[in-house]
Amino acid sequence: MIIKLENVNYVYNPNTPFEQKALDNINLTINEKDFIGLIGHTGSGKSTLVQHLNGLIKPTSGRVIVDGIDTKAANGDLLKVRQKVGLVFQYPEHQLFEETVYKDIAFGPSNLGLSEDEIYNRVKTAMELVGLDFEKLKDRSPFELSGGQKRRVAIAGVLAMEPKVLVLDEPTAGLDPRGRDEILGRIKKLYEEKNITIILVSHSMEDIAKLVNRIVVMHRGKIVMDGETKEVFKQAEKLEQIGLGIPQITSFMRTFKEKGNPVDDTVVTVEEAKKELIRFLRSKKNA
Amino acid sequence: MLRDITIGQYFPADTIIHRLDPRAKILITTMFIVSLFFIKTFLPYLFILAFILLIIKLSKVPFRYVLKGLKPLMLIILITFVINIFMTKGEVLFSIGPLDITKEGIRQAVFMALRLIFLITGTSLLTLTTSPISLTDGIEKLMSPLRRFKVPVHELAMMMTIALRFIPTLLEETDKIMKAQTARGADFESGNIIKRAKNLVPLLVPLFINAFRRADELAIAMEARCYRGGYKRTRLNELQFTKKDVLALILTTIFFGFIILTRYL
Amino acid sequence: MVDEMIRFENVTYKYSTGGREKELVAVSNINLSVKKGEYLVVLGHNGSGKSTLAKLMNGLLIPTEGNVYVNGMNTKEEDKIWKIREIAGMVFQNPDNQIVATVVEEDVAFGPENLGIPPEEIRRRVDKALETVEMSEYKKHAPHLLSGGQKQRVAIAGILAMKPECIILDEPTAMLDPVGRTEVINTLKKLNREEKKTIVLITHYMDEAVEADRLLIMEKGKIIMEGTPKEIFCQVDKVKELGLDVPQVTELAYELRKEGFNVPCDILTVEELVNAL
Repeated sequence: MIIKLENVNYVYNPNTPFEQKALDNINLTINEKDFIGLIGHTGSGKSTLVQHLNGLIKPTSGRVIVDGIDTKAANGDLLKVRQKVGLVFQYPEHQLFEETVYKDIAFGPSNLGLSEDEIYNRVKTAMELVGLDFEKLKDRSPFELSGGQKRRVAIAGVLAMEPKVLVLDEPTAGLDPRGRDEILGRIKKLYEEKNITIILVSHSMEDIAKLVNRIVVMHRGKIVMDGETKEVFKQAEKLEQIGLGIPQITSFMRTFKEKGNPVDDTVVTVEEAKKELIRFLRSKKNA
Repeated sequence: MLRDITIGQYFPADTIIHRLDPRAKILITTMFIVSLFFIKTFLPYLFILAFILLIIKLSKVPFRYVLKGLKPLMLIILITFVINIFMTKGEVLFSIGPLDITKEGIRQAVFMALRLIFLITGTSLLTLTTSPISLTDGIEKLMSPLRRFKVPVHELAMMMTIALRFIPTLLEETDKIMKAQTARGADFESGNIIKRAKNLVPLLVPLFINAFRRADELAIAMEARCYRGGYKRTRLNELQFTKKDVLALILTTIFFGFIILTRYL
Repeated sequence: MVDEMIRFENVTYKYSTGGREKELVAVSNINLSVKKGEYLVVLGHNGSGKSTLAKLMNGLLIPTEGNVYVNGMNTKEEDKIWKIREIAGMVFQNPDNQIVATVVEEDVAFGPENLGIPPEEIRRRVDKALETVEMSEYKKHAPHLLSGGQKQRVAIAGILAMKPECIILDEPTAMLDPVGRTEVINTLKKLNREEKKTIVLITHYMDEAVEADRLLIMEKGKIIMEGTPKEIFCQVDKVKELGLDVPQVTELAYELRKEGFNVPCDILTVEELVNAL
């Protein structure tokens, strides 16, 4: 299943004194099994772009095609689009509303008109995917849970719709390192075990580097870079120019190489750096 | 995006009317409303109209904004007009079926409709030229003598201020929650009135819960900044009457006094 | 002691939720001394008690056992509590839920207004505070239109206007983007170095801890590690066990050490590691 954005432009408040162009000629294709990291400053257009993917926002001009459905044309089919593309907003725990965890997660599937049995299966599976104990928590009020648990309930609520594409907007916002590792670990597991495409919007280069295989960089409403993780992080100067960075470990390797040490400076994780440095230092010893 | 909403139709500008102390404007508007109810004949309405036109000119508010204030109440004006035209007894001019239209009826209908129009326009001009926060400050200052009667004037004003401060924030949050629920297949648009009310639950529950949480956090933050009610509290911008305000009050008092007197002449 | 800003003597804080559950202990047996002019960072994962610690510092919470002294004043003394909050100001995590007024300068004035300061003096304090946090041009703006980082700076200005000696910040950057975080941390550094304010920063971001004078790590309501950033981050294993992060270069240095290479343990930045190798 593919999502295509063709010449998409989006303007907020057109013809008013508050007119603002949020998306400028966006052309993007999202392929099956992509794991994309979407990076860019606040105001670069990331949120606007992401909301076009499930038809929450329709382009001022241009087209967004989700699995063959044009989001501007079809009116009844938007529900289908929202089933195919699941969108988890920032601080998703703020949207919880039901009396029990079960009912809240069931909200999505019941909007899809599924049977009670099917809904039961969906909720159970979704809770397992996010690591919540089904029997223990299904009848609890979501508001009694901890912040991290609430967030997982919210994510489960989207997973229960069994989307083919999952978009997560800063899923680790406000979490401590342990909470962050837990959520990212589950996202990675989800990607590896299910046939799902993931788009991760994040500010953390380190997190992105560990997970994604493709990076899309946005700046002032335009896509300025789109490529494999390592390729994008190679262009450190360009990223710095638009105010973004690269993982600290990559920055270190580049600096180290500049000092005259022949190492591979395209590494993006600590493990890779470790292996590369060990190789280099041992070879130096033996020299 | 509902980012820059101007609440209560305030039209920002820097005119002599805008710069008047809000208390003066509130008092003038009150006199205006009271005097309207004393008027019995059409002639004083000409003076009232002249007054309104003068204020509109001085405040640089575009005429269409003033008319916009009338729009939502058009129905009431119409109903008043119709009721008066048909219900007033007197010299019948012509009839439509069982309903009579009398000479007195026409006069009464026009008179009442005009009174309503002036009432609405006058109040609109107040809110068009005074920001909500100014109004709150003005009302608080005016009501402060009531503190002697244990009326929580300061607390009411503080509630008003905080409410005004959070309106845009809450609107933004409503937007976010609506989008999040729509992404899960919620439908806020179709269905009959009962269905649509039910569909609002996924929007209202989180909104209320978040509002309570906000209130909690805000209260703690206020306490950390030594807030302890209105006792011995000072203000950065104390409202102070200037010569212009006093002059405006004197002139308008004379004007409206004169208008009221026309009833007895 | 004259140059002691805050002192905790055997402080324990217990609370109960809803009555039917037994009492929960948020912090237990805390002994702590914050020096005037210090830049202290308190790290800990969510639930470690660090937020409770912060609220105990300015009397928002009163210890169940033990005593907290701010500039020599005991937070249990009701008549001193307002003076305590005046000299120990606090900034919270959510930028929106601290702003009370509809205009930036009026919000900054909120603190002084509560203290009954005369209007001309309030004016002076508000202007100076906004200047210090570099938000003067937004004086008459509506706060809801500001970015997260800007809102937090306004909140800091609001505290500065009360002329505190110490500023306690409870995870002030948790809800901000990287730009906002940098703005806030730079402001704090400036306040510590130039205005000589004592800063107590509660956070879980280790990159905010590397430049502290002293670092405390909390776990299950107790202070379990204390020292300079270098001393603490040396113990990579222990820090990670506590659910916290270390800078990537520190982790790399640690991994290399494990493989037998002679790399010093107090590496915190890229430059340090480059020079070491």
